[in-house]
Amino acid sequence: MRLASPVWIAAAGAAFAALAFVRLPAFYDSFLYLLALWIVLATSWNILSGYSGYISFGHGAFYGAGMYATATLAGAHGVPFLLSLPLAGLAAAALGAAVGAVAFRLRRLRGELFALLTLAVTFVLATIVLNTPLDGGQGVYLNSVTLPNLTPSPSASFYLLMALAAVVTVLLAWWVRASKLGLGLFAIHDDEDAAEVLGVPTFRYKLAAFALGCALAGVAGGIHALFISYITVGETFSILVPLSVVLMSVLGGSRHWLGPAIGAVFITALLYAFTAGDYPVLGRAAVGLILIPVILFLPEGVLGRLGRRRAALRPAEERAAGPHPARASGSDSGSPICAIRGLAKSFSGLRALDGVDLDLRRGEILALVGPNGSGKSTLINLISGHYRMDAGSVLFDGREIAGLDAHRIAHSGIARTYQIPRPFAHMSVLENVALPARFGHSALGSADAEREAWHWLDFAGLAAKANALPGELTLHERKFLELARALVSRPSLIFLDEVLSGLAPAEIEQAVATIRRIRELGATIVFVEHVMHAVMQVADRIAVLNHGQLIAEGDPREVMRRPEVVAAYLGRADA
Amino acid sequence: MPSPAIIGQSLISGTFIGALYALLGLGLSLSWGMLRQINLAHFALAFLGAYLTYQLSGVGGMDPLLTLLLIAPAFFLLGVGMHWVFVRFAVGPLGSLLATFGLTVIIESVIQWIWTADFLKLESPYGSASLRVGIFYLPVAGLITLAAAAALCFGTWAVLRYTDLGRAMRAAAEDGPMAAAFGVNVNALSRLLSGFASACAGVAGVALALSYTLAPSQIYAWIGVIFAVVMIGGLGKPLGPLIAGLVIGVSEAVTMALTAPAWAPVVSFSLLILVLLARARNI
Repeated sequence: MRLASPVWIAAAGAAFAALAFVRLPAFYDSFLYLLALWIVLATSWNILSGYSGYISFGHGAFYGAGMYATATLAGAHGVPFLLSLPLAGLAAAALGAAVGAVAFRLRRLRGELFALLTLAVTFVLATIVLNTPLDGGQGVYLNSVTLPNLTPSPSASFYLLMALAAVVTVLLAWWVRASKLGLGLFAIHDDEDAAEVLGVPTFRYKLAAFALGCALAGVAGGIHALFISYITVGETFSILVPLSVVLMSVLGGSRHWLGPAIGAVFITALLYAFTAGDYPVLGRAAVGLILIPVILFLPEGVLGRLGRRRAALRPAEERAAGPHPARASGSDSGSPICAIRGLAKSFSGLRALDGVDLDLRRGEILALVGPNGSGKSTLINLISGHYRMDAGSVLFDGREIAGLDAHRIAHSGIARTYQIPRPFAHMSVLENVALPARFGHSALGSADAEREAWHWLDFAGLAAKANALPGELTLHERKFLELARALVSRPSLIFLDEVLSGLAPAEIEQAVATIRRIRELGATIVFVEHVMHAVMQVADRIAVLNHGQLIAEGDPREVMRRPEVVAAYLGRADA
Repeated sequence: MPSPAIIGQSLISGTFIGALYALLGLGLSLSWGMLRQINLAHFALAFLGAYLTYQLSGVGGMDPLLTLLLIAPAFFLLGVGMHWVFVRFAVGPLGSLLATFGLTVIIESVIQWIWTADFLKLESPYGSASLRVGIFYLPVAGLITLAAAAALCFGTWAVLRYTDLGRAMRAAAEDGPMAAAFGVNVNALSRLLSGFASACAGVAGVALALSYTLAPSQIYAWIGVIFAVVMIGGLGKPLGPLIAGLVIGVSEAVTMALTAPAWAPVVSFSLLILVLLARARNI
């Protein structure tokens, strides 16, 4: 079914485009042309905004950039019209990439700021175009530019061109959805930080999706420039473009590749019905009136309900899980795998970690303990790249990883769990586990990743819940899902952040046994824990943090008897 | 190079524009920063307020400042109602952005339907009068706007900082469930805040009507610059819009005096992008 999709798109698109040759009255040609235009605009917007959740209000700017690129190139500089179209796409993509390079580096409020920044770009671009020779305030006439005769009539030629653009756009939207890029974008939608830590190159993916969407909008703008043949800043950079594409995508279902196209057909027909009459104002009000109930009652859109994924069946032939990569080097167990030196981090003046030195040995289980706020989780957050360290160096397998992006650290073979599980809410348990197998250290293909995921679901005891959504799991199960996600990429070093907290005593026993089994696979484990009897049972070595400093490390029993450790935990008796 | 008198006069007009930015930004900043709702319809509400002022005062003959007594409470109720809907349907920040985008278009259409798309100007004693100080002119409408902006921003700041009500509001904004566990009525406070933010739009609307020509299409002209003000000022910080508004207003006015007026919009966004870049490094 899924493999057939591109064939269906091409066939339906060809039939749609063939209408250009049947000599319809010009009225129908131009209606179909508008339909195709809005399909391109809504679908191209959706590639970033629908899939990853970064709402752009600047689609008008990129579409407008395409219009003025064609107007300038073809109108003023005599570039052939068809050649100007890819250049228009390129101009829009470059503008989008520049905006993205600023906006996608933000960490807080990134979705909201992106929305507003793109809106602002629309007005800035409009101002610049208005005040430079690109427009100059007079508008631009394109009378001198001619459209090659592709079909019997000019209106049909325009329609044919835009229909082709629509087919290409929908095909690309489908391809992104089905590809690794799409998977990464959906992970970003659900939890961007977790996606990055599991190996998704979030910055690059967002930029690529945004540039692609902008390019397609730019091409549509280029075609439309000649279609209307007189362009003005006021009409081009109007708020109606972003408003309409948002509505179309949300209405149709922004998580589905076809959703925006369906929304586009519906809204265009509606607007056409109104604007053809005497009340254009009513058309806009109608768009607004539809948008509000859609947001309130149908947040997933028309296709959101239909587009439930098929249940994944367990593959019949299951490749026996290969040896753990760390296993191969298991012989030199005890040698340092990771050397941490002078690790420091402050949060607005508060020193969370204050120059920690620590060596991790290959194949060991190290327990990281200390009172609340002593910097244990910060240490994990720094090494996994979730936060940037202020100072220090981390040598992992002989490579400096300090300052790398989190996804690169994941690729190098480090995995972590979050204290509060952060599964991707819209993906099934199986998809949650398969994702890091594709993006993380092991970087498997789609089918292999799924097989690998089944293996680790068995390991974590979650195979029966493979098709459930994370929201349907108990806390205990979500903790094991978190664990399976960390293990599936076959890391050589794993950080477990309080996997035992909140579990019942019987569940703790089970979890302790699991930690031992992970070590048997050859991985090095660092676990942060408050459940002391579990720590004493399973740890080879223990490191104690207090006020961001390492105050003791060594054999668990011996360390826990040291007076300074006792004092750190119970308060100072002699103070 | 323009004369010092022109530069001085543009500093003055920049201050007054900045005061209007602050007035428009305050409600937006509070509801975004403290309620996690991005109310794009704030601009449309302000224009609705401005048109109501035009109607009550220009047509009905009321004193423009007295219209506040009607507009502010009405808008307060509107804000409370909007908040109720958002809570009832569990609308998140982006959802609120989209829904209020829809509301903006509806209000714009209503305005256009009632008052047409033509430019309207309220003729009032405040709009035409100005004080002369040395070689400079201070428009009375601008002074009123500045006074209102300063009073609302400093008043909100003082309430949030020094009263129990304000402390409870900040606690509710920081961590709603936790504040509720300590006996704070988070829902009532949020409704109050949402109503207040909306009433601010009403006040801004009256100020808008005093100094500016109105047209429904103008709603969108303010969005970019006000969001820049809100973000540069810091979300949920009542003094932020005042400071950022004055900075941007004055920089724009000086830019207009030194180059061409049409280049003004670029100023705020350049500042915004600089601020965003500086903050991105911090995190």
